[in-house]
Order: sequence, then structure tokens, then C-alpha cells
Amino acid sequence: MYQMLNEGLIELKVNGEFRKALVRPADTLLFALRERLGLTGAKPGCENGDCGACTVLVDGWPIKSCLMLVAEAVGHEIQTVEGLNGAPIQTAFVDNFAFQCGYCTPGFIMNCQGLINIHPDASDEVMQEWLQSNICRCTSYQEITAAIKSVLVADES
Amino acid sequence: MIPFDFEYYRPESIASAIDTFQQLDTAEKQPMYYGGGTEIISMGRMNNLKTGAVIDLKDIADCKVMEFHQDQLVIGSSVTLTQIHEANLFPLLAQAGARIADHTIQNKITMGGNLCGTIIYKEAVLPLLLSDSLVSIAGPGGKRTIPINSIFKERMQLDKGEFVVQIKIEKQYLSCPYVHVKQTKQDKINYPLVTICAMSVGGGIRAAFSGVCDFPFRSTAMESELNNLALTLEERIDKAIALTPGLIPTNLEGSAEYRKFIMRGLLNSIINRLEGSNVSNA
Repeated sequence: MYQMLNEGLIELKVNGEFRKALVRPADTLLFALRERLGLTGAKPGCENGDCGACTVLVDGWPIKSCLMLVAEAVGHEIQTVEGLNGAPIQTAFVDNFAFQCGYCTPGFIMNCQGLINIHPDASDEVMQEWLQSNICRCTSYQEITAAIKSVLVADES
Repeated sequence: MIPFDFEYYRPESIASAIDTFQQLDTAEKQPMYYGGGTEIISMGRMNNLKTGAVIDLKDIADCKVMEFHQDQLVIGSSVTLTQIHEANLFPLLAQAGARIADHTIQNKITMGGNLCGTIIYKEAVLPLLLSDSLVSIAGPGGKRTIPINSIFKERMQLDKGEFVVQIKIEKQYLSCPYVHVKQTKQDKINYPLVTICAMSVGGGIRAAFSGVCDFPFRSTAMESELNNLALTLEERIDKAIALTPGLIPTNLEGSAEYRKFIMRGLLNSIINRLEGSNVSNA
């Protein structure tokens, strides 16, 4: 049985690398990524699962890292925006001006990347369903939709 | 950040989970079983919940299954709402789960967590109540399988140290014509003003509700009125609503009268759809 009783070192697989982090069992994945591993791409917003700014991929699926204990992530593959390395969705966000202040952008990008990985043939309905998990207070929704569509269409062709 | 410490355990068997719970309970650590953890983390962060240890059930094989055993669909308590939606083996459950929170959080919320949490809406229970599902439970007293309509009375009536292992649904219910409607105050992603799941079984309509009272429910008394063909449609609906088994709240989401107004409209539409001649799945 995996157990973690006190603050201690754990090993996480992040962006393809094994990294050690000193954490408490009660720490969230978001906290560990930012404060222990220096991966500040995932943003703290509401820290209540509402805004999606902290979204990362866990085993390929978008997860709000503020609602995952770091202990839960042990043994799973974590990907943050730092691990995308210029993926097409990142270029598409630039090309479509799909951000203004940029705070929500990493979360949106990771959610979009998850959709591209899992449903590369996503319908508009599925796309809308997924994108509703993230909030952009600058209201760049049209541009974000255009960005993800451009990648899905490119994959199709 | 969660402002208090707790221990984390992830057992790989039912027996180990129960044993761990008992040891932690004896040590007065107020252990909690942990599914997706969304509620424990968000409430813990706000200091609305405290525990000295969580027991994560996601490594227990029995809690991870989603498969057919003879004439039953078996869904483990650690299966997420997304997994249920993607598999779509029980379309009504898939649809109800797909309207709980948002898509990303559905990747985390588990079947067992939705049933056993403290949030009052528990919309995933509605299809289970309609389909007379069975619940397999494990605890210090052993294992038992019991109809959900016996153990879900406003909430899951579990004994100390028990947890839900699996839900079992008879195949015959998976393809029954159904309607799922969720009315929120404003945004699509919100707690329900009124959610209704309805299913046509053997010519009669079954209906279960969330948001109407401080607990989700299925009422056979209400169903009797909804199926009373001697009355007009409006009379059937009014008599059913009069039998709502609890106080209809007035709060920021809406007044009691507004909820009744919404219920009338939704039930009218649901009955017309399910009693129509060409009804398939909604």
C-alpha cells in the first residue's frame, strides 16, 4: 500500500522527467509544481476548481491541479505547459490572438491539448463542453475557440 | 493550501482499506475514505472539514471496474464521471454525470464520491434510483449488497467504516427511454435549480429529482400521480408536486414558487416526450 504519513520526499514524473519534491501529504499538486518544482505555468486562480487556470494533464487527461493531492499524482504522468515545447496549440494561440492578460492561457492550452490528444475529431459540441471548464476574464473565448479549431482542422487534413 | 496536515493511504484491497480505517479510527485520526477528493480538498482548504487521514480507494481493483457481469452493468465506486460518459453504457447516467460540475472536474469526481459526499445535489444518484440499482458496500461488518432505494434515504446511510465498492444495474434499464433535464439559475455549469431524470419502464414513468429539496429523491407516491391517466395532464403534475417529500427551499437560486413553476414546465415536457408514440432515448 502506498502511504505518506508526514512531510517528505516524493518522486513525480513531470514532463517526462522524474523529479523529487519535499511535500506534505495535504499539499495539492498545484502547490508542489509551483513551489517545490518551480514549474509556475500552472496558475493559482480560484483554488476551488472553478477557473481552470491550474489545469495540467495527468495521464493525458486535463485535471485541475488545485483539486488533486500531490500524493495522488505519484505513479502518474504529469504534463504541464512547460512540457509542451512549442506544440501546435501554442502557436495557434499566438496566431489567433487567443489571450489578452495571459493568466488563464496555460490552463486553456493544457485543456485544449488534452482534447486534441483524446478527441482529435471533436465536434463543436464536444469542444464547447471541454472549454467550459476554463474561465477567461478578458473574455477571449472566440479567439480561443478559433485557435483550438485551427489545430483540430489541421490534424484532420 | 490546505491549512492542516493529514496522512495519506492508498490501499490495494478492500480488506486493507477497512483495516486501515479501523486502525486510524482507533488512533482517533477521524479517517475519511477518499474518491476523487474534490470535495475534501475544497472544503478542507476552507476549514469546513477536518480529518487526520484520508484513505484513497482508487487503487482497489473492485472499485475500478466498469463491465457487464451476466445481466448487470457493474460500475466501481472509483470510476470517474468522465469514464462513465465516455463509455456510455448507461446513457441516462452518462448524461446526468456530464452535467455535474464541469468537464475537467468530471475527470476527477468518482461515482462513489458523488453518492457519498456532503454536497446535497448528488445528481448521479437519480438514474440509480430509477433503475432500482444495487449497491455493494464493504465495511468492518463484512460485505453486503442492498437496493439503493433501501439505503439512499436523503443520503447514503452507511455505517461507520463502510464504503461503496460497486453499483450494479440490471441490463433491462440501460436502454429504457429516458429524459434528463437540468435547469440552473443562469450558467450551464451550476448547481441545479431543478434536475429531473425520468425513465419509461413498462409503460409507466419513473421520476427522480435534485435541487427541489435539500436532498435528491425518487418518490413512488409522486410517480403514482404522474401515471394516473384518469386525470388531466395538469392535474397529474399538480398532484405529484403536492406530494414532494420535503420542503422546497427558497434561496438565492430561486424561490419555492419558482421551483414549482419550473417543475411544472419540465414535467409537462417530460411526460409528453415519454408518452409520445415515437419515443426513443432523449
